[in-house]
Amino acid sequence: MTTSPDSSTVGSTLVKRGLADMLRGGVIMDVVNADQAKIAEDAGAVAVMALERVPADIRRDGGVARMSDPLLIQEIQATVTIPVMAKARIGHFAEAQVLESLGVDYVDESEVLTPADEEHHIDKWAFTVPFVCGATNLGEALRRIGEGACMIRSKGEAGTGNVVEAVRHLRTINAQMRRLHSADAAELAGLAKDLQAPLPLVREVAEIGHLPVPMFCAGGIATPADASLVMQLGAEAVFVGSGIFKSADPVRMAEAIVEATTHFRDPSVVAKVSTGLGAAMRGSETATLEQRLAERGW
Amino acid sequence: MTSVGVLALQGDVREHVAVLQRIGVTPVEVRSVAALVGIDGLVIPGGESTTMARLLVTSGLRAPVTEMLAGGLPVLGTCAGLIMLARRILDGRSDQWSLGLLDIEVRRNGFGRQVASFETVVEVAGVGPVAGAFIRAPQVVTVADGVDVLATHDHGQGPTPVLVRQGHALGCAFHPELTGETRIHELFLSLV
Repeated sequence: MTTSPDSSTVGSTLVKRGLADMLRGGVIMDVVNADQAKIAEDAGAVAVMALERVPADIRRDGGVARMSDPLLIQEIQATVTIPVMAKARIGHFAEAQVLESLGVDYVDESEVLTPADEEHHIDKWAFTVPFVCGATNLGEALRRIGEGACMIRSKGEAGTGNVVEAVRHLRTINAQMRRLHSADAAELAGLAKDLQAPLPLVREVAEIGHLPVPMFCAGGIATPADASLVMQLGAEAVFVGSGIFKSADPVRMAEAIVEATTHFRDPSVVAKVSTGLGAAMRGSETATLEQRLAERGW
Repeated sequence: MTSVGVLALQGDVREHVAVLQRIGVTPVEVRSVAALVGIDGLVIPGGESTTMARLLVTSGLRAPVTEMLAGGLPVLGTCAGLIMLARRILDGRSDQWSLGLLDIEVRRNGFGRQVASFETVVEVAGVGPVAGAFIRAPQVVTVADGVDVLATHDHGQGPTPVLVRQGHALGCAFHPELTGETRIHELFLSLV
């Protein structure tokens, strides 16, 4: 038995993407206080997203949505043993620095908050803490990965309880990846130009057939069957925002979505956990929305 | 042909499946009791131990898995899998249970939060240097007699065990499955 000399490296791409790998097959739940965080952990969440208002309330209240108060994040960190994520505004690298100094496990550079920079996303390579970013299509996903994102989530339309946009985004990303995977080498430069994505990442996707980082799904998941749907469409884990704590019975809804995400290929399990679950969040028709959050970021 | 189950309730199942395929073993993803039939060993992957513990209960797998491990089924646990195999869990949830096959105490996230996650090279007895990723990794705090320590890592506070074996159970604090490494799984196969 030998002790290795300590030549260890923190913040490498491997360990940043690696935490996302560990969350695969799980549910990440939005929580606004320590009590909700406890409910989420009890229900089997793999991580929580600490924020002051769930997207449905941000949508209702309007105003500028910013990073959460560090006190809220610290209370949640003190309450649960699972990873704690938090959101920074698009381009607001100072908020991200604060979140990193708090020891947050993943930073979500999120369109749910009001963007701070209309031209630049955060240079995520500069951080030790890993980042997740939203995407509506493959080009957007690869631009974020090119900036250092270690996890992609399809954006969906947060706070609506309507899964239609999440499905659109997942299907778009999948179709564009299939196109790359079947392209010949000479086509890739043109496809990279069309996608407005870095050519090396386009080549990588063409070769491996999937994103080089885990692809999760967010925005509009409100029922166990929604979770099963997006997992079958290729999501590797799900974020549930307003869908749990805006439902009639958050404890049961949280447990049910966890079960449905694990057993997404088994309709009998999804049926069982959906039975007598009570009302899901009310939801809204995305065609009538005044503000489309998915259009934030580019 | 040898078939090894990978507990597939949550976590980095795909990476373990890929390593097993590379070393010529048939992997079986285990989400239900039916999938346990005929396996020669079991891998408990990385992920969240609290989530896995809950899903083991709700899927009805806890009792049969406990019984098979007690009956001598070889098992490899990495990271969360190590926590699931430990006799005692420190800094876990107050109600957190484990399979208790390794007579060790582990501290969850013993090396710190994600910003402290690291990769390093670990010297494994009888194997050589192994690349390992420690991601919110558990730290083995105490080891009882009868537990073999196959590797340690000194993270500035003295060496702590990172690969331990007791009987047919092998527990690893890091993720050999993320670094293209196959030798830890081959070591595990020698128990199968």
